[in-house]
Amino acid sequence: MKVSIKVNGVEYEKDVEPRTLLAYFLREDCGLTGTHVGCDTSSCGCCVVVMDGERAVKACTMFAAQADGHEILTVEGLAQGGALHPLQQAFWDQHGLQCGYCTPGMLMTSYVLLKHKPNPTEAEIREELSGNLCRCTGYNNIVKAVRQAAEAQQAAPATK
Amino acid sequence: MIPAAFDYLRASSTDDAFAHLQRLGADARVLAGGQSLIPAMRFRLARPAVLVDINAVDELNYIRMDGPALTMGAIVRDSDVERAPWIGERGWSLIHDVSRVVADPVVRQMGTVVGSLCHNDPSGDWPAVALAARAELVVRGKTGTRTVTIDQFLVDSFTTVVEEGEMALAVRFPVPDDRTAGSYQKVERKVGDYATAAVAVQVSLDVEGAVREVGIALSAAGPCAVRVTEAEALLKGQKPTADLIRAAAEAASKKSDPQADLRGSIDYKKNLAGVLVSRGLRHALARLGVQS
Repeated sequence: MKVSIKVNGVEYEKDVEPRTLLAYFLREDCGLTGTHVGCDTSSCGCCVVVMDGERAVKACTMFAAQADGHEILTVEGLAQGGALHPLQQAFWDQHGLQCGYCTPGMLMTSYVLLKHKPNPTEAEIREELSGNLCRCTGYNNIVKAVRQAAEAQQAAPATK
Repeated sequence: MIPAAFDYLRASSTDDAFAHLQRLGADARVLAGGQSLIPAMRFRLARPAVLVDINAVDELNYIRMDGPALTMGAIVRDSDVERAPWIGERGWSLIHDVSRVVADPVVRQMGTVVGSLCHNDPSGDWPAVALAARAELVVRGKTGTRTVTIDQFLVDSFTTVVEEGEMALAVRFPVPDDRTAGSYQKVERKVGDYATAAVAVQVSLDVEGAVREVGIALSAAGPCAVRVTEAEALLKGQKPTADLIRAAAEAASKKSDPQADLRGSIDYKKNLAGVLVSRGLRHALARLGVQS
């Protein structure tokens, strides 16, 4: 079947099997390998992407067909004109990643968290990220990074 | 793990979805949030020939307070409930509690309440909650739309009254009065795991402080979520006391019929069901200002 999905502002028109999962569509059909596949069974959150700007979804548990006509934001779409997104900058500053495998999912889940709750408490960040696993167990710095990004975005609300 | 091949149909309206389901019968499954169905398809535990996607059916995307009931359409997400403006009200405290512990926060942004009820996983959260809150389901069938109580709706493991060619359109929760509160108690090894045991409780008191109405239901305690009628009967009409709560907890332990697995032995889980009923009742009563 034909699908037309806008990923990071670019329209991708592809012919896919209905059983093609969104994560594989992004990685293999669009060549956007920033979205990682970890557990492949909706447990780990590595594959989280943002749908229509407001919903974090596990791309391994959604068909590309379901995203037909929708907008998807992946980690590749966060930086603008060479400048890191406040979340990316904060992960850098706070050492919010070790091996980096879970990082795209952490970023995209946090992106939606900050949309709905621009000033989350530490407890709220931990709760919201509880579906994202970091096997390096670097959670403390991840949480600090999300706090930093929240503060940065509040100081400069014009950023995305 | 890629699912077996299937055909995909995107329904544009309830009528459109229903027409597809009527035509395809046993070959079709409704795709709502997909957070249980898609993993099941990936493990090849489910192999529907056709998926009828209802995510674009806007007329099923509503939460309405109309008169005596709160009605949620078939594609209302767990996260919609979590963020609903009324969710902090005491009367909705059972729904409040469950909306924060279904699966994990990302899964909740896709997963739907009605989908969870239709899936009827023995360890699911919403079936027990719907029992305790005495919900009803709106089901569309060949001869029209009917309303069924949650007790009728839940038939057995992964089985409901929704027949081939039919679909559940909405769930209705009775609007609680101002002397109603609930609690959802779930023990899980980690966020996103199946519950080791879970209990849904909702209590309504009369002006004298006696129990006017009570719902107590267990999840992960047998092949299907189950109402502990024995515990409800003990409490109904009585002023809650520590002894009554203990007796209700014992009735729940007795009713619980779990399987042993990595999460615990049968004895442990039976005991836990009782402990959680006790905690849930105390929590609900504390929300009503009653110490027990």
